[in-house]
Amino acid sequence: MQWEVVIGLETHAQLSTESKIFSGASTRFGAEPNTQACPVDLALPGVLPVMNKGAVERAIQFGLAIGATIAPRSIFARKNYFYPDLPKGYQISQYEIPVVQGGKVSFILEKDGKPELRSVQLTRAHLEEDAGKSLHEDYHGMSGIDLNRAGTPLLEIVTEPDMRSAAEAVAYAKALHSLVVWLGICDGNMQEGSFRCDANVSVRPLGQKEFGTRCEIKNLNSFRFLEEAINFEVRRQTELIEDGGRVVQETRLYDPDRKETRSMRSKEDAQDYRYFPDPDLPPLTIAAEWIERVKASMPELPGAMRERFIKDYGLPEYDAAVLTQSKAMAAYFEGVVAKAGREQAKPAANWLMGDVASTLNREGVDVAESPVKAEQLALLLQRIADGTISNKIAKEVFAAMWEAPSDKPGLADDIIEAKGLKQISDSGALEKIVDEVLAANAKSVEEYRAGKEKAFNALIGQAMKATRGKANPAQLTELLKKKLMG
Amino acid sequence: MSLDLSDVKRLARLAQLDLDDAQAEKTLAKLNGIFDLVEQMRAVDTAGIEPLNHPIEAFQHDLALRLREDAVTEPNRREEYQSVAPATQDGLYLVPKVIE
Amino acid sequence: MHTKTLKQLSALLQSRQVSAAELAQAYLARIRQSDLNAFIHVDEALTLEQAAQADARLAAGDATALTGIPIAHKDIFVTRGWHSTAGSKMLAGYGSPFDATVVEQFRAAGMVHLGKLNCDEFAMGSSNENSAFGATRNPWDRQAVPGGSSGGSAAAIAARLTPAATATDTGGSIRQPASFCGVTGIKPTYGRVSRFGMIAFASSLDQGGPMAQTAEDCAMLLSAMAGFDPRDSTSLDMAKEDFGRDLDKSLQGLRIGVPREYFGEGLAADVEAAVRAALAQYEKLGATLIDISLPKTELSIPVYYVIAPAEASSNLSRFDGVRYGHRAKEYKDLGDMYRKSRAEGFGDEVKRRILVGAYVLSHGYYDAYYLQAQKIRRLIAQDFQEAFKQCDVIMGPVAPTVAWDLGDKADDPVANYLADIFTLSTSLAGLPGMSIPCGFGQGEKNGKRPVGLQIIGNYFSEAKLLNVAHQYQLATDWHARQPEGC
Repeated sequence: MQWEVVIGLETHAQLSTESKIFSGASTRFGAEPNTQACPVDLALPGVLPVMNKGAVERAIQFGLAIGATIAPRSIFARKNYFYPDLPKGYQISQYEIPVVQGGKVSFILEKDGKPELRSVQLTRAHLEEDAGKSLHEDYHGMSGIDLNRAGTPLLEIVTEPDMRSAAEAVAYAKALHSLVVWLGICDGNMQEGSFRCDANVSVRPLGQKEFGTRCEIKNLNSFRFLEEAINFEVRRQTELIEDGGRVVQETRLYDPDRKETRSMRSKEDAQDYRYFPDPDLPPLTIAAEWIERVKASMPELPGAMRERFIKDYGLPEYDAAVLTQSKAMAAYFEGVVAKAGREQAKPAANWLMGDVASTLNREGVDVAESPVKAEQLALLLQRIADGTISNKIAKEVFAAMWEAPSDKPGLADDIIEAKGLKQISDSGALEKIVDEVLAANAKSVEEYRAGKEKAFNALIGQAMKATRGKANPAQLTELLKKKLMG
Repeated sequence: MSLDLSDVKRLARLAQLDLDDAQAEKTLAKLNGIFDLVEQMRAVDTAGIEPLNHPIEAFQHDLALRLREDAVTEPNRREEYQSVAPATQDGLYLVPKVIE
Repeated sequence: MHTKTLKQLSALLQSRQVSAAELAQAYLARIRQSDLNAFIHVDEALTLEQAAQADARLAAGDATALTGIPIAHKDIFVTRGWHSTAGSKMLAGYGSPFDATVVEQFRAAGMVHLGKLNCDEFAMGSSNENSAFGATRNPWDRQAVPGGSSGGSAAAIAARLTPAATATDTGGSIRQPASFCGVTGIKPTYGRVSRFGMIAFASSLDQGGPMAQTAEDCAMLLSAMAGFDPRDSTSLDMAKEDFGRDLDKSLQGLRIGVPREYFGEGLAADVEAAVRAALAQYEKLGATLIDISLPKTELSIPVYYVIAPAEASSNLSRFDGVRYGHRAKEYKDLGDMYRKSRAEGFGDEVKRRILVGAYVLSHGYYDAYYLQAQKIRRLIAQDFQEAFKQCDVIMGPVAPTVAWDLGDKADDPVANYLADIFTLSTSLAGLPGMSIPCGFGQGEKNGKRPVGLQIIGNYFSEAKLLNVAHQYQLATDWHARQPEGC
């Protein structure tokens, strides 16, 4: 039986505010336990929440970036449940009317070697507060509760069940990650939990309309875990069904050491969260003028930049999409073009997506930290353009630049000089080589004179071989023709 | 409408309140008394009426949430805040093992 | 000295005929001798310290009209120094790290804090018998309840244990005890008085207000108590007001709405007689009576007893024995710790309301109960706006009967709820209302028990209410009567 995988993601992006969503306590990571938990975060008797404007602004930025509707009026609701890391016994979140509605995220998905431009529809994104942490290392049979994280602003970003493979889910998550980092609304630090995903996974026989029963895998805080967890879950569910069993809807946890998901006992009994509008918080209203102000203050968005790259640099859509997947890559590209000139845009794109990208991947280096800076690459492109070196030789030069010690970065010209990679354009030198080649290949010469055009190419090849590819092709052809006439 | 013992038990679980059978029985009678009182409300025709979640909305129709500037204003006062806690260690609140 | 009104004491302090220390000593002595159980926490040293500061201010000439005047706070307001318990075993001995905004404001004015006043647990009750620290007795008749939930506040004013007290009103908790104890109390428009530091019962209904012997005194107190507080998102952003500005205005031409629903069967004859007499007195003062209708009056009971418990069930989830408050001695796991701590810490009525609240919010019942109640709530508010087209203020009884005997309704929640019929709709609509003494019941027993007149105004009409009350108190002496032995 052919199975289709259906995946929806809920991502919690921690918003990069100084203070918490409903209190003036700091959100800085890594402080001593409970030193950043104020009376509001501790839910002491008598305290009340006051909403942080910075968190709303970031939600608006996100909504604008994904082409969503920013709700002019959204409602904060209480989600009631008991847990030691949830001081109030309820989480303030948004339920019926979220602040961001709809929108989509586009990304490149490699499908059997071929890149495809995909996009995932978002259902909503809403503001809510984070909970604290339970530390399980043993305090004589007790757990320790740290509430520093309690009340940290989160944007929960929910997709439609649009994804059909773990790879697609990861590609979406990476695109979303680079978008929130691009916008500066989230630091994207996954180790610190600033960006974590819950995956809703189900399978159904290919072609079946209705969805299968889904399981939610909680708190996946790395792209690798996301992929592994989904793949494991898909295997688990298909095997379960094929063995005549049925999937139970439940919340599961991924264990990276065992590389498997397991049921979360604590959340097992079906919750009744008793949502209702928070009487402490009037409706959040966002005026059109505010949205305009936020829009004006925002960095150029990937989408707009993609269009600009196509228009201004004449790049194909795919190139533009790849180069605008991260702010750093786009900046690098524009750095190269600024130095090398507009006519070098396409070659620059080819190099970035080719040798540069593959080297960065191989070495696991971020483009921002690339040992070969944009200016250096620009110079290299110029030398290709002005015929000093061929594209083939340029790869050798690039490799040398990469290896050069950071204190004295390799410049294309020096390397070409040092390694003697310059094309031979000196007619004297070329003439000498041509004479030798003609002398050594009397047979080919005969054939050419007898009218065999092919023999000419053979002679060019010989000459190139003799110059280790450095002969200026145009000059060589001209010279050879002249000699054969003579 | 009237509740039965299982409803009371379910509500007690939701609300995290210990309730032995005797108490549950006693509570059940009281709750049903209260819900008899509440019943009359259900007959009222409220078609097209907006709920009034905040009384202020009754006189201030453009009621809008007031927003705070994003600034850290709370100092660390952990010792003072934890002085009223039943059990702490190394700055952590202690609770019976949390199982996930 | 203790028989004097706040206004009279203010004059004596300003002219230095009495010192704040002397006043504090005098009232502390009365509190020590009292057997009413009106106070549940007193700290004489702290009080005398504040008195000394007040005398310093008076000497330095930077005193306000309230400097040096003693005040006691309902134990719903959290206070540094004095315990803050909400009348619950859950918070026995709890020390708040901060003062409620209301407490801060009276401190800033230089008032001297005498201690914390008894009340029904978490303000849930109308007899004060739900206090974990024992019922307060009614100074007019020790067999009678003082009313609730602010029973301690009303009894303390009536017994002249303090010239001023704070109270809170969620469904009548200021007006009904004021009525039962023959004192003056006002519940302002919702949002006038900050809820920050008020231990929450039902957030969309809770509203603080003052109690004293006279309307004049209440005006002085409310002027200090009301005002915008950025720490409460439902606090009205309005300029400070002098609520005493209209006290002396004539009532000539005042239109008094008399709702027929407030005079139906169920209203005790002696209460009706006293209220009718008061209305007649107002006619003498130049007012005209207009027959009006508040058709949803009876519905306010079910509506209130759905909304208030719903909000309470959520507000009281923070009491879980983790960060503060009662924790059970023995438990086998986390859930057991929660359930035992909460079962031991909360009294029966509080538990009942938590269960009712959980029910009306739970899946499948929300629309039929909570949502329906919030819709009818709007209809109730609209009824009042209709009525105020015909009249300036509305008058009627505060409660259907005078104070009942201790124990009479102790085990009958429904009977208690029904007795709230005349005060609930005002709270649901967020309107200001007050209670002023207007006579006594009849017969051997009720003859000793006070009757209160309820005056309801439109939003922000506190100054008018106080004017209407003050003019009556100039013409009558019910407010000046004192229980025997006080």
